[in-house]
Amino acid sequence: MSARRTDQIARWTVTAAAGLILLVLGYILGSVLINGLPVLSWHFLTSRSSNLGPGGGISLQIFNTLYIVIMSMLMAVPVGLGAGVYLAEYALPGRLTSLIRLATESLASVPSIVFGLFGMVVFVNAAGLGFSRLGGAATLALLNLPLIVRVSEEAIRAVPADLRHASLALGATKEQTIFSAVLPATVGRLATGVTLAAGRALGESAVLIATAGMSSPRYLTLDPLASGETLAVHLWAVNAENSLSDAARIADGTAAFLILAMLAVSLGIGWLARRLDRRLAGQG
Amino acid sequence: MSRVSTGRTAVATPAAVRTRIRGRRRDAGAIWRGLFFASAIFLVISIAAIMVMIGRPAIALFAQVRPWAFLFGRVWAPEHGLYGVLPFFAGSLAATGMALLIGGPLGLAGAIYLAKLATPRAQRVMRPAIQLLAGIPSVVYGWVGLTALVPFIRRHSGHVTGFGLLAAGIVLGVMVLPTFISLAEDALRAVPQDIEHGSLALGTTRWQTIAHVIIPAAWPGIAAAGILGLARAIGETMAVQMVLGNSPVIPTGLIVPASTLTSEIVLEMGSTPQGSPANNALFAMGLLLLLVSLGLIVAVRATRREATAGVREAH
Amino acid sequence: MTTETMSLPTMVPPAREATSAAPETTRAAARGETDPEPQPAVRVRDLSVTYGTTLGIKGVDLDLPERSVTALIGPSGCGKSTFLRALNRMNELFPGVATSGEVLVRWDGRFQDIYAPGVDLVELRKRVGMVFQRPNPFPKSIVENVIYGPRRHGVTDRALLAEAAEEALRQAALWDEVKDKLNAPAAALSGGQQQRLCIARALAVRPDVVLMDEPTASLDPISTGKIEDLLGKLSKDYTIVIVTHSLQQAARVSEKTAFFLNGELVEAAPTLQMMTNPRDRRTENYVTGRFG
Repeated sequence: MSARRTDQIARWTVTAAAGLILLVLGYILGSVLINGLPVLSWHFLTSRSSNLGPGGGISLQIFNTLYIVIMSMLMAVPVGLGAGVYLAEYALPGRLTSLIRLATESLASVPSIVFGLFGMVVFVNAAGLGFSRLGGAATLALLNLPLIVRVSEEAIRAVPADLRHASLALGATKEQTIFSAVLPATVGRLATGVTLAAGRALGESAVLIATAGMSSPRYLTLDPLASGETLAVHLWAVNAENSLSDAARIADGTAAFLILAMLAVSLGIGWLARRLDRRLAGQG
Repeated sequence: MSRVSTGRTAVATPAAVRTRIRGRRRDAGAIWRGLFFASAIFLVISIAAIMVMIGRPAIALFAQVRPWAFLFGRVWAPEHGLYGVLPFFAGSLAATGMALLIGGPLGLAGAIYLAKLATPRAQRVMRPAIQLLAGIPSVVYGWVGLTALVPFIRRHSGHVTGFGLLAAGIVLGVMVLPTFISLAEDALRAVPQDIEHGSLALGTTRWQTIAHVIIPAAWPGIAAAGILGLARAIGETMAVQMVLGNSPVIPTGLIVPASTLTSEIVLEMGSTPQGSPANNALFAMGLLLLLVSLGLIVAVRATRREATAGVREAH
Repeated sequence: MTTETMSLPTMVPPAREATSAAPETTRAAARGETDPEPQPAVRVRDLSVTYGTTLGIKGVDLDLPERSVTALIGPSGCGKSTFLRALNRMNELFPGVATSGEVLVRWDGRFQDIYAPGVDLVELRKRVGMVFQRPNPFPKSIVENVIYGPRRHGVTDRALLAEAAEEALRQAALWDEVKDKLNAPAAALSGGQQQRLCIARALAVRPDVVLMDEPTASLDPISTGKIEDLLGKLSKDYTIVIVTHSLQQAARVSEKTAFFLNGELVEAAPTLQMMTNPRDRRTENYVTGRFG
């Protein structure tokens, strides 16, 4: 076979493979939405799930998901940002810094089910909280921490040095410089990273099954110690328990809702990224 | 401002401002520095705490069950005091292997396409698509696998259920694509352009240049991408659990129900009493997963070092 | 081409030994001003290259004589490298490049416009090889670098490949230095050796024309001298076009020199004439060091 022919065939194959990837994505999104959108009635979204008979909705799961995601971000962002600032601005090359980096990388590689086990033994058993939104959110925060550290450090490193120097030259302390000159310049990137982490938290389930639990309080409550089944856990649980006649329908609806939420988050990331690009272009 | 212009009230003269600025205390800085450092140390404490809290019950198990009986035991029957996790370990390895077999070539092709062949317009479609693929929750992958892939396999194979390693491998193969593609693309793009031009100037085709110069030069980075994909696949839980059929036996075929470490943990962690050997065994399985993941991270670090050393050597 | 011309390179003393006694004149002087120019291997007609909206070169007409060295000189940014890369269409690897005019390359006995529709870039680059400013060996072994081209072009016989590798390495005056470590990584060689390896790699494809884009720019004087020696020997078999920022180098290695300024070809003539008696005022200013 001539080189030219091989070249053509190889390029065609690679392009076809890329097309196949698009096709797989299209199939997943398409089938979930086609099966699930009809289920997403106002009633489904606003009524509570039922353990006994058909006709349950997902209102509590939507609430729990928002509650746990927001709480976990409130925990993970300050710590992650702080560690990012430390790594970008203070850390000197040496054993301690490489230990911190190794810890971050290792934490990022821990399987989510292992986080689940950890959360279960720490919050549910040792702290005696039982299944709780607090325990679920804290474990989830731990899962997302490495991502937020990485995003923060990269965002801070991307801030031009002259901005820092300008502030330091005015006699500002290093900390004043960080808070008033460096961090404001990272807002766009940080927001993108935090949204990414929130999207991941939104769909996470292995961490939450044995920490936040698979049930919801009977009344709408903000109690952090109440259990809180999220949408992703619900999708798994209605299937695994399989006690409801309309389990498949509920799963379809929940899956579609999760996909819509994921698309919304992705659009949000895209919007943030474009805004950031524009701002940078405006400055340049 | 009006007070300043009237000049009647006492205003801060430049000299007074100077005195105030120069005398300002800066203790807040030390507190913030401490908080930043504490946050960073928190990461070290977290990973250490995870190892201790997962390791403790695992060690408790090994007081009752010999480690080799745990690792290489072929029978998982906690009710009879048998805690062999070989079926799960074998299932995890087989599912991960399948994922790499399916996701590897597809992902490499996707990365080559994005890095070297795609027009800017095609890239604008492809990149968000891969991000979406990464954003799909794993339970949704599991649900689609359960409702579409498993029945498809059942219909076309003649097997009773369609559950098994084939379904898990396909689902995992798709799930590792985003990780693998983006890292492999980075590795391909990191190959210096002058080498690429050097090859083209010798009258080689685009593909010859990709296959014989760019891919070999990017290989350590591609391998690192593959290992990270592997780590993602072996730790994946929900999607695998939903399409695998969950039978605690060593898999004998691709379309027979099987189990993995992760799927077994998620199935049993809610139903075993804390401190019981069966519960401790789940933590021992978690520890096994943790050690494999950390081992893979060490491997990635080693390949990355090789990759950077290679680039430095070339220049 | 006369035998006199062909024997010249060996008579030229190595550049590093050349004293301050006007090394500019060695090669060019021996050639003589009145020699008829050999017939061209490449004829360039009205060649213009633009990058997006900026003009790279405009309206260049130039003949590149066969089996001799033509030097392209001029201040940086004058378009000499753009011109060089237009000769094997490497410019097209950069986005937004547009080319007009004709580049006629002697191709199976007749002149072929390489910008005509349907021209096979792969075939073109087999005939018109290139050596880059910075050595760019592949991250492979020395011998694999050399046989890379022949192997891609369908030579599979091991003995033949080994033979081709030795010949190319000998032609590039590298054989004696590497014959005992052919399987060592190319990256382990010195910068000058790497550049000669890249020359060997280009020669192994057996091109008719070899383009060199400031091949000694990143090298030390000794390595530079070796490569300049080499050019004289190679011009017995190959048509060589070399971009250089050094007038002395142009004088030492080339028979013909073309002077570029602001994207235009100002003057092209036998090197000695260019150095001693340029027709154009701007050339005179440049070669006498008044600018550039």
